[in-house]
Amino acid sequence: EKLAAKKKRRKEREALGDKAPPKAIPKTIENQRVYDETTVDPNDEEVAFDEATDEFAPYFNRQTVPKILITTSDRPRGRTVRFCEQLSTVIPNSHVYYRRGLALKRIIPQCIARDFTDLIVINEDRKLPNGLVLSHLPDGPTAHFRMSSVRLRKEIKRKGKEPTEHVPEVILNNFTTRLGHSVGRMFASLFPHDPQFIGRQVATFHNQRDYIFFRFHRYIFKSEKKVGIQELGPRFTLKLRSLQKGTFDSKFGEYEWIHKRREMDTSRRKFHL
Amino acid sequence: SWQVVWDTLGNRQFCSYKITTKTQNFCRNEYNLTGLCNRSSCPLANSQYATIREEKGRCYLYMKTIERAAFPRRLWERVLLSKNYEKALEEIDENLIYWPRFIRHKCKQRFTKITQYLIRIRKLTLKRQRKLVPLRRKIERREKRREEKALIAAQLDNAIEKELLERLKQDTYGDIYNFPIHAFDKALQQQDAESESESDAEKEEDDDEDMDKREFVEADDSDLSDFEDMDKLETSSEEEPEEEEEVEEKASHSRSKGKTPLKGPARRKRPYIEIEYEKETEPTTKTKAA
Repeated sequence: EKLAAKKKRRKEREALGDKAPPKAIPKTIENQRVYDETTVDPNDEEVAFDEATDEFAPYFNRQTVPKILITTSDRPRGRTVRFCEQLSTVIPNSHVYYRRGLALKRIIPQCIARDFTDLIVINEDRKLPNGLVLSHLPDGPTAHFRMSSVRLRKEIKRKGKEPTEHVPEVILNNFTTRLGHSVGRMFASLFPHDPQFIGRQVATFHNQRDYIFFRFHRYIFKSEKKVGIQELGPRFTLKLRSLQKGTFDSKFGEYEWIHKRREMDTSRRKFHL
Repeated sequence: SWQVVWDTLGNRQFCSYKITTKTQNFCRNEYNLTGLCNRSSCPLANSQYATIREEKGRCYLYMKTIERAAFPRRLWERVLLSKNYEKALEEIDENLIYWPRFIRHKCKQRFTKITQYLIRIRKLTLKRQRKLVPLRRKIERREKRREEKALIAAQLDNAIEKELLERLKQDTYGDIYNFPIHAFDKALQQQDAESESESDAEKEEDDDEDMDKREFVEADDSDLSDFEDMDKLETSSEEEPEEEEEVEEKASHSRSKGKTPLKGPARRKRPYIEIEYEKETEPTTKTKAA
């Protein structure tokens, strides 16, 4: 039925020639997206003011240099360990420490004492990394993500070498709402503010329908209008589960946003990030 | 009569509390003292029986006597035991005085075991507990599918390329990349109008290219492949076309560093660009001669 209608329409268009009405724009989920009232307007003053005074202000004013601690849950398996190592090469100024049964509540004050700015905990389940807790340390927000489709470096089809020590650029795509904005700033605060363009590396956090895709590429400008990218480094996708105001605290934390499945997953065209 | 009970239920016929395994018989009855199905530890087949059970962390001693055998509701008498371990043992003794040794002993053993596991529970709750969150299969499948679709819709490579080109246009990279095609077009337009300003602009661009040349040369020390081409270029006569050609060579060097398959299109592109530059330099030589 649909095919018949399509064919008819195409014939009509060809018959009309130049006078044909313009082609209809296909409906995509992004087009039909339910308008979120918390979408950030680029000129919004309130948002700009908030961002000047929130926890990332010292980073964006270049007062603090990010220093990141990457750790896992208890007893990490080989895949998770390798993933941690690769992640530490991607993010400059990061250190991997094994967690031998230490309580998070106790290592957080130690981290603050040693001047770390961010803490990443990779949670593991059945020998695969499946969760990521990212918390900005000096009393900053904590985001808990579910991590899926993790590809290590050797599983990616490319011929590039390892990422060098240069500071990569950061691309944050499609973080539109207030929530998305704050999450985007969290990601941006992981990397030092001044990228080294000699390194020609770029880390991308692309948000699409509430899934954040992370990729790490090396780019090359073939000409003014063409750029080639080559994927190196691990890749993974994240889905935000909850955002807490203070540092990681599962019982007493003040949750800014939790993903409630019953309420938030009802519509196919409604996204929160 | 109790013997009869045992003969029928316990050993021979069906007892609903009895569980048989290869080596042993167990009794599932909640008032059972040991856990096994024996003549001496069956609460149904003994007139005088006692057990220890714990509720919400407190231990109670339950006793059953023959006098109350006719009143099932009042059959089991309950005594709260003290929290103090030794005191509780004394309480058991004083309640079960004149009772068979077997029951007394087994009661005390059971009480010891129960207190030990209660202590362990209390210790473990203080440590970090692993919270098991059940996965819902339907939801997991749904999310996986949605992720795949989002990936396809995202078109990551295109998006990244677009973003990088945007940044190039907005000059965030400064002077590192010299694709001054726009600048050359502007220069051409200016040249049509005025020649002097154009030569100045070209000199400035030459300076820029000198700077870039230095950068590129540093980076390319490791490249052995294109040295022949560089030599060929250096032998060419005129200065300005030589500089520009060299710069384009260096650009192609940098291209070949990142990606080997790019060598083909890079080679192809060179002649086009050379032609452009040659056209441009002719008028400047004219002006200089003049």
